[in-house]
Amino acid sequence: MTDLTNLTVAGIRDGHRAGEFTAVEVAEAFNANVANAKALNAFIVETPELALAAARQADADRAAGTLKPLSGVPLGMKDLFATKGVQTTAASKILEGFVPPYESSVSQKLWDAGAGMLGKLNLDQFAMGSSNETSAFGNVISPWRRTGSDTALAPGGSSGGSSAAIAARLCPAATGTDTGGSIRQPAAFTGISGIKPTYGRCSRWGIVAFASSLDQAGPMAQDVRDCAILLENMAGFDAKDGTSLDLPVPNWEAALSGDLKGKKVGIPKEYRIEGIDAEVDAMWEAGVAMLKDAGAEVVSISLPHTKYALGAYYIIAPAEASSNLARYDGVRYGLRDLPEGAGLQDMYAATRAAGFGPEVKRRIMIGTYVLSAGFYDAYYTQAQKVRTLISQDFMKAFEQCDVILTPTAPSAAFGLGEKNTDPLEMYLNDVFSVPASLAGLPAMSVPAAITKEGLPLGLHIIGKPFDEQGVLNAGLAIEQRAGFTAKPAKWW
Amino acid sequence: MSDYRIKGETGEWEVVIGLEVHAQVTSNAKLFSGAATAFGAEPNTQVSLVDAAMPGMLPTPNMECIRQAVRTGMAINAQINKYSRFDRKNYFYADLPQGYQISQLYHPIVGEGTLEIEADEKAGIAANKVIGVERIHVEQDAGKLMHDQHPTMSYVDLNRSGVALMEIVSRPDMASPAEAGAYLRKLRAILRYVGSCDGNMEEGSMRADVNVSVRKAGDPLGTRTETKNVNSVRFVMQAIEHEAHRQVEVLEAGGKVDQETRLFNPDTGTTRTMRSKEDAHDYRYFPDPDLLPLNLSDEFVAACRDSLPELPDAKRDRYLGLGISAYNAAVLTAEVESARWFDALLDAGAKPVAAANWVASELFGALNRLGRDISDSPVSPAEAAELLGLVADGTISGSIAKQVFEIMLETGDGAAKIVDEKGLKQNSDTGAIEAEIAKVLAANADKVEQYKGGKEALFGFFVGQTMKAMQGKANPQVVNELLKKALG
Repeated sequence: MTDLTNLTVAGIRDGHRAGEFTAVEVAEAFNANVANAKALNAFIVETPELALAAARQADADRAAGTLKPLSGVPLGMKDLFATKGVQTTAASKILEGFVPPYESSVSQKLWDAGAGMLGKLNLDQFAMGSSNETSAFGNVISPWRRTGSDTALAPGGSSGGSSAAIAARLCPAATGTDTGGSIRQPAAFTGISGIKPTYGRCSRWGIVAFASSLDQAGPMAQDVRDCAILLENMAGFDAKDGTSLDLPVPNWEAALSGDLKGKKVGIPKEYRIEGIDAEVDAMWEAGVAMLKDAGAEVVSISLPHTKYALGAYYIIAPAEASSNLARYDGVRYGLRDLPEGAGLQDMYAATRAAGFGPEVKRRIMIGTYVLSAGFYDAYYTQAQKVRTLISQDFMKAFEQCDVILTPTAPSAAFGLGEKNTDPLEMYLNDVFSVPASLAGLPAMSVPAAITKEGLPLGLHIIGKPFDEQGVLNAGLAIEQRAGFTAKPAKWW
Repeated sequence: MSDYRIKGETGEWEVVIGLEVHAQVTSNAKLFSGAATAFGAEPNTQVSLVDAAMPGMLPTPNMECIRQAVRTGMAINAQINKYSRFDRKNYFYADLPQGYQISQLYHPIVGEGTLEIEADEKAGIAANKVIGVERIHVEQDAGKLMHDQHPTMSYVDLNRSGVALMEIVSRPDMASPAEAGAYLRKLRAILRYVGSCDGNMEEGSMRADVNVSVRKAGDPLGTRTETKNVNSVRFVMQAIEHEAHRQVEVLEAGGKVDQETRLFNPDTGTTRTMRSKEDAHDYRYFPDPDLLPLNLSDEFVAACRDSLPELPDAKRDRYLGLGISAYNAAVLTAEVESARWFDALLDAGAKPVAAANWVASELFGALNRLGRDISDSPVSPAEAAELLGLVADGTISGSIAKQVFEIMLETGDGAAKIVDEKGLKQNSDTGAIEAEIAKVLAANADKVEQYKGGKEALFGFFVGQTMKAMQGKANPQVVNELLKKALG
């Protein structure tokens, strides 16, 4: 039955519905893959019994004729989503052992749709990182390797547990969250698809916050159709999130079409940055050709403030994080470090020193600094102005085109430890993904090429606000033409 | 101008006072969570996941709290900002689960308004005075620490965490403790009329941060201090008194007033340093990214306006228009319950001037004696109207009415019944009265002589004797008229 784990979400759903296999068989197959993949360190907590329980329910529902949209589909859950009764850590020591008495809105929707949980997926600590090396529970190792090399590679970040688990077929699909590229960059690094919807599509309620104005949940999966299916079951208005979009959830899967006749695809000249990998550049060219082939017209556009995006992002996100993470103070839950004779301030200092990893501390310090009296206007206010200008750039560009095509990341996956000496070099990984985050736009990564070293590369499609359909359709057009079928050779 | 001055060694000093009043919004739920807000509940029983700042929890605004803030703004004729925004004020403390307070620094919901305090000769307020209100914003309250539960540890009670407060910031327009006291009382009355805050200072529903500075006449503003969390009108006045004198002493000794935060000690009536400017927090205010700006619709604002009751100033003016004295109008409108009771009395048909006199003297006197609030008065407005009606139509005299009222308080019986049963009906029978007058005048022939000789003060004596002879039941007006005629 091992081939069950090669199925897509749609394949599992349809096969289960047709009676080709039981949901329990599916759950057992994925549970076995999870159990046999410790070397990847993709999961922080494994919950095979939950996957099985949902599967039994799915089989019963099938017998009773009450199937739900995701009946029989087991999923991986990024460990940033609060899951009732299951430890939720954000990959940080400060939340080790924390078991929420509540379920995040997005995960609840998925369970309500019949999905089951295989486990909680590793990530960069508090979703801060691009390589999964900031997790307090050890870094995830990508199932991909360079041809003829056994160098451990980064699965991308922050949703690196999600990307690695899907690429290694430990789960058919998984949730991710994206603040500056945390769904898209790991998807690109591991040869899978992932979409960050318009800001507000998915409720943030119950997701451990990193940067509230940017955080957005989305699905990661083997292909574009699976992303559409999952997003339909994750999105929707939630009165418990003040920034939730009060819009109906379209039937994205049903409207999928790789025919782009009449559509215009914008190519932003500012994204042709210095030092871009030649193979990435070539993939981009090939992507343009694919979309033309799908019937789209290609236009050159300008997003003049792009070069300020990364700087603005690394002010706004840490500023919000420095405040969002103030609640981890040792008073009510999670880690408490109370040295002998310590007062309140000492407890704060000891708890937070012991509980947060170096990258989290770095961002808290940056954020605290940029919000400080005397620096606020020079940094935070200025960054917000840049953010507005970047949004305006996109709005102008979308007068000329329907979607924008760029590479997802400036390079293929790098080796673990190769980029963690200089944080700024790591931050550059987000250069293509961050502008869409700042503007709150839907954007996705689809696998489009394999490098000479045998590693996947992703193309990045940015859409108009609320136009996830346009993004998914352009992604599908690429998927249909890129012929990306490569899988990592099993070594774990 | 207030003539309140501190007389120092080097001359007279003016005092400049501004108040920041924190008023708890009357609402069943907290500002950003659905948790209840009952006072006096067991610790940590009124706490939602949001109030405890659990990971991933998000605030959503409670529009009832917003509505109350808007109505309060309207009650002080303030600008209502249809666009407002929430900001985070960041600091660490064990009673602040989020590590920040959600407040409104940059774009408050209510802008400039005014509040008028009335002249009060006794308190040294020579004329009515308009005090500016700079702004009202809404914000979260913090929880509270309990230091008396354990020998070495402090406990945290989050029941108040997230409760909605209005911060009402005055202009530095007050110049004496009395003006500050009058401002607070007036503000409290308005809040209670509007129903946006119960004004209960003992329970902490209303507390004030007191900003005080002193200067010589004509000088620019001096350095101010802020005394935090003072929780009664009397304490606010004491704190100002003490702080102003302290500042004068410091300045006259050649020192400088430090811009600092101070604490008031109600036991001694003094203030002491809490933290200096150097230790001041850097609150790192920034717009709360979890909350969209508030954009109030025209309909929402109109509904707020339509729901406003008649406010103290308008009510007072209406009473004055009914011929009620300024003193009585002020007394009757000072508390919303009194005003509502009095309005009910008028609605039941009582004549305004007589009713006002009666409430202000008889009813308040009785309530005072009984130690009861007007809200649980033993006599209802309808019952009082019946009593006053008997006076107005001449059935009983004013002095008999006092007796009847006492019996009403004792027995709970109605006025007409009492008058009937006790035979207290006033006698207006001119024949009977004339007969008694004749007897009184005959028995006091010497005094009649004196009266006729110019000692007119004796008139009262004849009235008294006649009334006495008629067991007090004679109609005094008729007695007056007939006596005048008889003494002609």
